[in-house]
Amino acid sequence: MNNLLWLIPALPFAGFLILALAGNRLSRALVAVIGAGSVSLSAIIAIIIGINFLTSPPTTGNYTQTLWTWIEVADFNPKITFFLDALSLVFVFVITFIGALIHIYSAGFMAKDKDYARFFACMNLFVFSMLILVLADNLLLLYLGWEGVGLCSYLLIGFWYKNPDNGYAARKAFIITRIGDTAMAIGLFVLFYQFGTLVIPDILAKAPQVWHQGASIATIAALLLLAGAVGKSAQLPLQTWLPDAMAGPTPVSALIHAATMVTAGVYLIARMHDIFQLSPIAQTTVAVIGAATLLIAGFSALTQYDIKRVLAYSTISQIGYMFLALGLGAWTAAIFHFMTHAFFKALLFLAAGAVIEALHHEHNMFKMGGLKNKLPVIFWTFLIGSASLAALPLITAGFYSKDHILWYAWAAENGTPLLWLIALLGAFITAAYTARMMIVTFWGESKTEIGHYPGKLMTVPLLILAFFSLFAGFIELPHNFGHLTLFSNLLHQVLPETVLKAGTHSEWLFQLIAAIVSVGGIYLAYIFYYKQPFRIEKLKQSKPVMNLHLFWFSGWGFDKLYNTIFVRPIVFIANINKNDVVDKLYQGITFVTIRLYRPLSFTQSGSLRWYVMGMIVGAIIIFAIQIML
Amino acid sequence: MILVWLIGILMTGGVLALLLGQWNKTMARWIALFTLLACFLATLFFWINHYPVTGATDTWLVNYRQDWIPAFGISFHLAMDGLSLLLLVLTFFLGILAVLCSWKEVTDRVGFYYFNLLWIIAGISGVFMAMDLFLFYFFWELMLIPMYFLIGIWGSENRVYAAYKFFIFTQASGLLMLLAILGLYFIHGQNTGVYTFNYFELLGTVLSPGTALWLMLGFMIAFVVKLPIVPFHSWLPDAHSEAPTAGSLILAGLLLKTGAYGIMRFALPLFPQAALELAPWAMLIGVVGIIYGAVLSYSQTDLKRLIAYTSVSHMGFIMLGIFAFNELALHGVVMQMLTHGISTGALFIMAGMLKERLHTRDINQMGGLWTNMPKMGGIGLLFAMASLGLPGLGNFIAEFLILLGSFQVNILLTVIAALGLIFSAIYSLRIVQKVFLGPSVRSDQVRDFSWREILIMGMLSLSIVGLGVYPQPVINAAKPMVDNLQKIFSTTHKNTQKENLTPSYTQKYLIKK
Repeated sequence: MNNLLWLIPALPFAGFLILALAGNRLSRALVAVIGAGSVSLSAIIAIIIGINFLTSPPTTGNYTQTLWTWIEVADFNPKITFFLDALSLVFVFVITFIGALIHIYSAGFMAKDKDYARFFACMNLFVFSMLILVLADNLLLLYLGWEGVGLCSYLLIGFWYKNPDNGYAARKAFIITRIGDTAMAIGLFVLFYQFGTLVIPDILAKAPQVWHQGASIATIAALLLLAGAVGKSAQLPLQTWLPDAMAGPTPVSALIHAATMVTAGVYLIARMHDIFQLSPIAQTTVAVIGAATLLIAGFSALTQYDIKRVLAYSTISQIGYMFLALGLGAWTAAIFHFMTHAFFKALLFLAAGAVIEALHHEHNMFKMGGLKNKLPVIFWTFLIGSASLAALPLITAGFYSKDHILWYAWAAENGTPLLWLIALLGAFITAAYTARMMIVTFWGESKTEIGHYPGKLMTVPLLILAFFSLFAGFIELPHNFGHLTLFSNLLHQVLPETVLKAGTHSEWLFQLIAAIVSVGGIYLAYIFYYKQPFRIEKLKQSKPVMNLHLFWFSGWGFDKLYNTIFVRPIVFIANINKNDVVDKLYQGITFVTIRLYRPLSFTQSGSLRWYVMGMIVGAIIIFAIQIML
Repeated sequence: MILVWLIGILMTGGVLALLLGQWNKTMARWIALFTLLACFLATLFFWINHYPVTGATDTWLVNYRQDWIPAFGISFHLAMDGLSLLLLVLTFFLGILAVLCSWKEVTDRVGFYYFNLLWIIAGISGVFMAMDLFLFYFFWELMLIPMYFLIGIWGSENRVYAAYKFFIFTQASGLLMLLAILGLYFIHGQNTGVYTFNYFELLGTVLSPGTALWLMLGFMIAFVVKLPIVPFHSWLPDAHSEAPTAGSLILAGLLLKTGAYGIMRFALPLFPQAALELAPWAMLIGVVGIIYGAVLSYSQTDLKRLIAYTSVSHMGFIMLGIFAFNELALHGVVMQMLTHGISTGALFIMAGMLKERLHTRDINQMGGLWTNMPKMGGIGLLFAMASLGLPGLGNFIAEFLILLGSFQVNILLTVIAALGLIFSAIYSLRIVQKVFLGPSVRSDQVRDFSWREILIMGMLSLSIVGLGVYPQPVINAAKPMVDNLQKIFSTTHKNTQKENLTPSYTQKYLIKK
């Protein structure tokens, strides 16, 4: 079975190659078949391999397949090797399965775009890069996928390239993530010199032997890797690119937010968990970054008008939950939330895309309204996605996964009441902004006429994703009811179990609080945006509230800050030195030389009189000197 | 003998092109193409026959020696190891592309043009093979003069200024090298009684540390001006931007590499001790070059100048890598020489193609070209990505190995150099944005690639991707040279340490007593 492994990334890559080289000569139908078909095929292969993996687990706990040696210099010999264990399996499943649904949806969504082939080529490459990232057995190959993901996000965010704003957003995404990537590359150097290899299983095996618990070199390595993760996963302080990444077509957002790109950081930390475990400082940093980000992004989501920006901030916030869980050592909870989030976030983006398209590319939620009965399929699927995001108790997948994280924020060994409170507040805000988005978009009176209705290609993926958004949570139930641990059993092959504090048994209470908080958030939005909208109007009168609103709306002023301290000084220096100050030195030499020879060349006038005069004057001077001496 | 043939063929081809070009322009083009193709195939087959090059006890694959002026110990001595072989393959490969991309661009004095082109390439190949310092200097000058004509005659508006500048910079620095060569010649002669320019015999010359440093600086100045390294880079943007497309291609792809080659072949092995002392400073100016070139590149509006400054930045990596003196970094340097030649060459060719169509190099007058030229856009994107070091393309392997290697030697400088990766993303994406994306600035139709252009860019794309996913043939070929260089430095390093340690041992001994 494991010799089919290479096909999983190879199929999307083949799709990319065909579409990139010959896409313009193929019919649109064929383009869609190749684009969506390649990813779907790779999803099917992934599922077959996955079933095989689950039914007859390999004795080593993983499948590996080496294709060739990439580089061999001295003892540095990274190979093109794919490595599939339980953790990669979950990621591969999510990437290919959700990726395939997004591709199928796109075949309908992008039907009228003239750059159909270019779109699918980039999407295929995106899926390919992400698959390389999660299947790589060494960090260099992982880095290839890592950078490839960055490239594809650049290409797709700037897909509609005529508008310079889109180009700006695309470059912003690439450059900001590259800052993290560079730090990560340095982290790779550190790891290589510590362990003499970049092969992930080897590093993880050697790390506890070479480094003692809390070694400062472990902290350095972990923090450098974290910098990479923070960039790709849009966490503080490198989160500013993601809200602008909305410039791309909506399926791209779905792909970036759900199946690829932003989850790369979560994968990296989970994959390298042994390194992080050796450094309590780095672990805490991960948790703190996650907590801070989930709160900051949550408040920003509360103030957005653009439906896609609400979703973008909600992604940052939800990834913040995953980082929090990783930092707490709740490894499987983080991955579980990654999976459920992938389902409902893909669903929300695709449904939002359908709404936006139906309303003539209107992004502003406050110009939508009253779509409940007009777009029933979209309404119901969007409702399910929202419920899952808001963690509506008992029936949604989002509840089960988020509940785990909240519980561990309190009960895990390095959990604290403060982290728990932040996570709880975050859950409250999440419920509030989700309900706000839902109410404003689908209830109330209709403000924009519907232009066209989504076809089957678009609605079927929505229905499938809605199904998973509800039921994916049931594979992992809390131990006090149901006690089903299918998911964590699988992952515990790779990831360690979470260590709990001694003497915490009242999980019921925490679940109850979490449930109340979610419902409370929804109720708040219901009061402000449905029942008594005058309260919002009243709030808008107050100046401090509006200032705060503006501050949150602009993403807490990070863009402005970075512009002031990084972008402008560098651009300024670059521009004043446009003509290269070093060259002035050489021009100076030329200048002096010219000044010196000009007077001399003036004497060489070609006129005989001058020469005779010169000779006579010279002779006189010489005689005079002789006489005087 | 093959080495003599290569140079002979090139020179004869040049003369033929000059003579026959008088009455038939197309004939000159075909002669140039066939000449280079013959050389390329010859070296390529040689490589394939000798693959994987490693394993031979003797690092020299071919060694040809014939007395030239025996009275002064000058011989016609050519030799080739893996490094020379790689660079020769690159030279002829880019040479072919240079002929192809001048096919339509050059219509004036075609015969003389191809004569110059072939003689430059003959000079460059000579530089890569000469094992007699006098002969080396001869070839070093040989590539200079036809290049001067190439820029001065077929360049654009400001060509005369650029040609002078190029000539003076390289000539002045070359003279210092000549002095250093003569110095070494006489010192070796006085020491041993044998007056010779032979590289192999000069290798072990015993020099006082002071003399060694000065002689080394004489060599280094010529090489770093060619490379170029800040602050000796300022001829490059002018020469690049004014030269015809093929001229820029050869400058960026090959001429700069002669500097790097010179350092590795001559400056380091001849003066290992001095090189070790100089290393931290050399690495420092390498890093300064990386950042300085990148920042300058960002502010340029002339496409060719922009690309020229990216070269300055990329050559900083070479300097950093060479003076890190370790296997990883040196392999990275060899890779960087090849991949930079290909990727920057490709960008210059593309700039030439754009100029042919738009009659401008100003990127503010471009924009939105993707709509009409998706093929060129795609290829442009590929090489912009190569230039910013995207994994999967050759440049990544090069820069990663250099950084990985130098990290072992100097962490701080490596971290600063790694910032270059961020800057390279900024300027590379700026090229793509300004040229291909954004709203269309021009309303007229611009035609996409012709078949000839697809052939050129296709070959370049294939090679950059090939080097990115399977760089092993290059690494294997360069291995004997790198190992050799490493051996020199590890022994020198040990000797230095011993000298440093001796007094402290004595002191300890004395203290104990």
